[in-house]
Amino acid sequence: MSATIALVDVNNFYVSAERLFDPRLDGRPVVVLSNNDGCVVARSQEAKALGIPMGEPWFRLRALAHRHGVVARSSNYALYADLSNRVMEVLAQFAPVQDIYSIDECFLDLTGLGEAPAETGRRIRQRIARWLGLPVSVGIASSMTLAKLAAHVAKRQPGREGVCDFGAMAQAEWQALLQGIDADEVWGVGPRLAAGLRERGVHTVWQLRAMRTEGMRQGSGVALERIVRELRGEACFCLTDVVAPRQQIISSRSFGREVTGLDELEQAISSYMARAAHKLRSQGSVASTVQVFLRTDPHRVRAPQHAPSMRIGLLRPSADTLLLVRTALAGVRQLWRAGFAYRKAGVVLSDLQPAGQTQADLFADTGREASRAQLMQTLDRINARMGSGTLRLASEGIDPAWRMRRGNVSPAYTTRWEELARVR
Amino acid sequence: MNEPSDSDRPASVVHWLAWPDPHAPEARSPLYGHAIAAGFPSPADDYVETWLDLNQLLVRNRPATFFLRVQGDSMIAAGIHDGDILVVDRSVEPVHRSVVVAVVDSELTVKRLIREHGRIELHAENPRYAPIRLREGQELVIWGVVVHAIHNVE
Repeated sequence: MSATIALVDVNNFYVSAERLFDPRLDGRPVVVLSNNDGCVVARSQEAKALGIPMGEPWFRLRALAHRHGVVARSSNYALYADLSNRVMEVLAQFAPVQDIYSIDECFLDLTGLGEAPAETGRRIRQRIARWLGLPVSVGIASSMTLAKLAAHVAKRQPGREGVCDFGAMAQAEWQALLQGIDADEVWGVGPRLAAGLRERGVHTVWQLRAMRTEGMRQGSGVALERIVRELRGEACFCLTDVVAPRQQIISSRSFGREVTGLDELEQAISSYMARAAHKLRSQGSVASTVQVFLRTDPHRVRAPQHAPSMRIGLLRPSADTLLLVRTALAGVRQLWRAGFAYRKAGVVLSDLQPAGQTQADLFADTGREASRAQLMQTLDRINARMGSGTLRLASEGIDPAWRMRRGNVSPAYTTRWEELARVR
Repeated sequence: MNEPSDSDRPASVVHWLAWPDPHAPEARSPLYGHAIAAGFPSPADDYVETWLDLNQLLVRNRPATFFLRVQGDSMIAAGIHDGDILVVDRSVEPVHRSVVVAVVDSELTVKRLIREHGRIELHAENPRYAPIRLREGQELVIWGVVVHAIHNVE
C-alpha cells in the first residue's frame, strides 16, 4: 500500500500571525522585517503583488512603502512561536504521526485513516482557520517531496481552495500540472542542482521525474536519485527521520537506554543545548527561536507513545549558553510527562542571523569554556541578588539602542499578561 | 458517566495501564475523587490533587483559547469591567446571546450577539452604547466566544 502524506503549510505565517490580533492589517500590504528591522522576511499576498522581494533591505523599500501604504512590522518571535505550537497541537489531532518540519510547516501521515485525504485536508484548513485564525495550504501525495509540491500548487491555484491531493487527480491533469512547474520548485533542488539540471535539458518537474535513475548514485549523487524516486511516488524519506531543514542547528541524540525521569532529561537537554549554542557561536550567529522535543520509541508499538515538541521565541536573539539552556529547560519541564519511557530528545535553534560585532568578539572561541561558564554563573548570581539586568553581557548592548531598531514590534499578545490584545 | 459493569472493569483497567493517552484532556475530580475509577496510581496524582488548577476551570480547549484585555465599560451590565481579562475560546460556536469578540471597523470589540428572527446585531450591556446593526451586505466577523471574564476586585 502506498503512503498518504500531507504537508500543511501556514500561508505567509508571520504576516498572518500579525493579522490575528490586528484586523486593521487585513487587505493591506504587510511585511515583517528581520530582527534588527533589516530586511523583509515575510510578505502578505498584497505585498507580493507589489513586487516586494523576499530579503529586500527595508531602507530601499521606504519610498514604495509610503506610496502604497505598506505596513512594516518587526518580527515578534514570541507570538510566532506560540501560534506555531498551537498549530502543531491542533494538527496532531488529525494523524498519529507528525513531523514538524519548520515553524510553519508540518508533515502528517494520513496513511490508512479511512477518510478521503482531501476531506481531511479541508477539515484541517477549517479548524486552523476557526480556532487560530490562520490560513493554511494542504498538499497531499504519496511521498514527502510530492506532498510539498502539492502544497505549492494548493497555495498558488485559488480554485483549489487551499487543498491539493495528487492522489485524487486524473493522470493527464497531473502530468500537465507537473509540466508547468519549474524543477527548482522541488524540495531539495537548490540553485546549483537546478543549474546542472538545466544543462542536461531538465527544466520542469515532469522532466525531472522522468530522469533515468540507473547509474545516478555514482554520477549526480544519492540526493538526486532520491528526489526522482520521491517524485515517482516512492517514499524515500520517512516521517520520523529528522530532516535537516534550512538554517537551523539541531542537537539531538537517542539515549542508550530508556529515560523516564525529568532530571535525566534535563541533563540531556542541557548538554545538547550547550553543544548547539557552541556551534551557534562558532559560526558567528544568534538564534531567535528555541525548540525542544522528546520522543518515546516508535518501534515499541505496544508501549505508550509521547512525542511532544515546543517552540519558544526569545525576546531578543541570543547565543548565550545560559539563556539558551534555561529556555530549553523551561521547555522540557512543560513537555515531560510521568509514565513514558523516552528514547530520544533534542533541541533546535532557528531563526538564525549573524551576531553583532561585540557579540562575536566576546564569544570568540578561545577554548576557555570553563572560565566563560564561570563568568556567566557569577553574572547570574549578581543579577539574582541585585536585580535582573544589573550586570549584562556586552552582547545585550550597554546602550539598548538596538531595541529601537525593532520599531514596529507588535505586543507579545499570547505570552505576556501586560501585552494582551485590547478589546473595547 | 456510565458505570462499567463488573465484567468490564478489569479489562478497562488493563487498557488504561497499557495505553495512557497523552493527549486526553485532564478530567480529574477536585480533591479526592473515585479511588478505583481514577486507576493508574501515578506519583503525580497526589501532587496534582493537592490544589485546583484554574486552567482546568477556565480553559476547555487550550490551543483555541486566547486571553484579551477589556478596555472601557460597554459590557458593564454583563459583569465585564474595564481592565478585566477575557478568556476567549475560538472553537466555541457562537449562538444567540453569546458574549463574543467581533471585528467592527477593523477593531476587536466585545458585545452580546443577538441573532434571532433573521436579524444580526451586537448589543452593548450599557445603555450609553447603541446596538451595532449590520448594514446590507456587511459581513459580521466573530473573532471568538467569551467563556469567562476574570475580574480583579482589589
